[in-house]
Amino acid sequence: MDTKEIVNSLKKIVSPYVQNEPAFKNFDMNTDFLKDLEINSANLVDIVLDVEDEFNITIDNDSMDNMLTVQDAVSIIKEKRAEA
Amino acid sequence: MGVAAPNGVGLDNFEYAIRVGKSGIRFQEKLKELKFSCQIAGAPEIPEEMLSGYFTPLQLRGLNSSGIVYGVIAGLDAWKDAGLTREEKESADWDSGIIFGTGLSGADKFREAINLIDEGKTRRLGSTSVLQTMASGISAYLSGMLGSGNQVTTNSSACSTGTEAILMAYDRIKSGKAKRILAGSCGDSGPYIWGGFDAMRILPHKYNDNPTEASRPMSASASGFVPGSGAGALVLEDMESAEARGATIYAEVLGGHINSGGQVGDGTMTAPNSEAVKRCIKKALEEADVQPQEIDGINGHLTATTMDSTEIQNWSDALGRKGEGFPLINSLKGMTGHCLSAAGSIECVATVLQLKKDFFFGNVNSADLHPDIEKVVSREKIPVETQEVILKTIAKASFGFGDVNAVVVFRKI
Repeated sequence: MDTKEIVNSLKKIVSPYVQNEPAFKNFDMNTDFLKDLEINSANLVDIVLDVEDEFNITIDNDSMDNMLTVQDAVSIIKEKRAEA
Repeated sequence: MGVAAPNGVGLDNFEYAIRVGKSGIRFQEKLKELKFSCQIAGAPEIPEEMLSGYFTPLQLRGLNSSGIVYGVIAGLDAWKDAGLTREEKESADWDSGIIFGTGLSGADKFREAINLIDEGKTRRLGSTSVLQTMASGISAYLSGMLGSGNQVTTNSSACSTGTEAILMAYDRIKSGKAKRILAGSCGDSGPYIWGGFDAMRILPHKYNDNPTEASRPMSASASGFVPGSGAGALVLEDMESAEARGATIYAEVLGGHINSGGQVGDGTMTAPNSEAVKRCIKKALEEADVQPQEIDGINGHLTATTMDSTEIQNWSDALGRKGEGFPLINSLKGMTGHCLSAAGSIECVATVLQLKKDFFFGNVNSADLHPDIEKVVSREKIPVETQEVILKTIAKASFGFGDVNAVVVFRKI
């Protein structure tokens, strides 16, 4: 799975949680989940669960704390998939 | 006002249902599978497509609390019916609060969580488990939707919860601490709510093939209450503020009283102390500044158990009225079953509709009156057919496990 495919999957996963639609239109590697998309921080755990299911990985608490942007998420997903 | 009752969701459907005596009690396949003795119950029928009018797609994800669904439908309907909006505002609406009670929130959601936790998968619970299972989930959901900035809380007093919420709202407005409060209550449906009552063997078990005849308030053949669920909601507002807004005013809350029998005398965890019930009725009238003779109608608690006769005797003693001098009296539970924590608010909605629309709904399944009741109240005061009649003052009572009581007095505007 290449970066583009991961980003597309991520975009689909976060879409129900997005509260800033204009920012969502510019979804790219630099997008910050909380600052740009204004996702409720409580929903990050739901996104993590959806990501785990989609990519068949487990994201530990430390990794979740570092998952602030799309770039972060892509790196973590790649890393976890390599471990698996 | 707003309502999600077993026999009607939405004010118009509900008014029609109570006028014609429509039953909301149905056979529940799930209860049969689970070997319940009583396999019938009352639950509001909410079509899936209706939910998107009340919840965002995000709120609907993982939503598994029927009480919150009923409460949000009733609450938002009431807000809209009162002519109030829920636009995005800069700051919270400091003048508006929510007192919305429940017995227990999100039993199905809690079961989901328990199963995951027991499997060692606590991390799979997601973010909504707490919000749907905390008792105050319903008031928290509603306040987020309405932007309420006054007191937002959930009260709980078993089957008197709904009536208590209305009186708590009344007190807060009267004391000048809020202009308006969305008051109401809700209760989950399903086996995890009703199972405990089935185990107590206080539910009818001979009507599984004949659900609509099972709930028989005041009847000689009453054999226990049918479990129910749902939600009712009323917007209580300072009269001046409501008039200034040009809001539809259904009725005036004259006052009421809340007390407890302390489980002394004939009071127990499950049975009311009659002295406390009578005191609650008398105090409610006192606080409403109403004479016993002014009560035109009563909407009783009357669940269809042996306690119905006791309740009638208590009303008679408290008001000093009997026989033909007794006011008209009815019970909604013949149609809805006992909606537990939602009962008080649903029945207050029914009571207030009667004052606004000039009718008194007929008692369903009460044709064979219990002889002990007939000794106290004339047959014609317990009508089985709906009457078109202008009533000025109706008292509504709710009693609950734990020996708690609430009586509210409404007046026609």
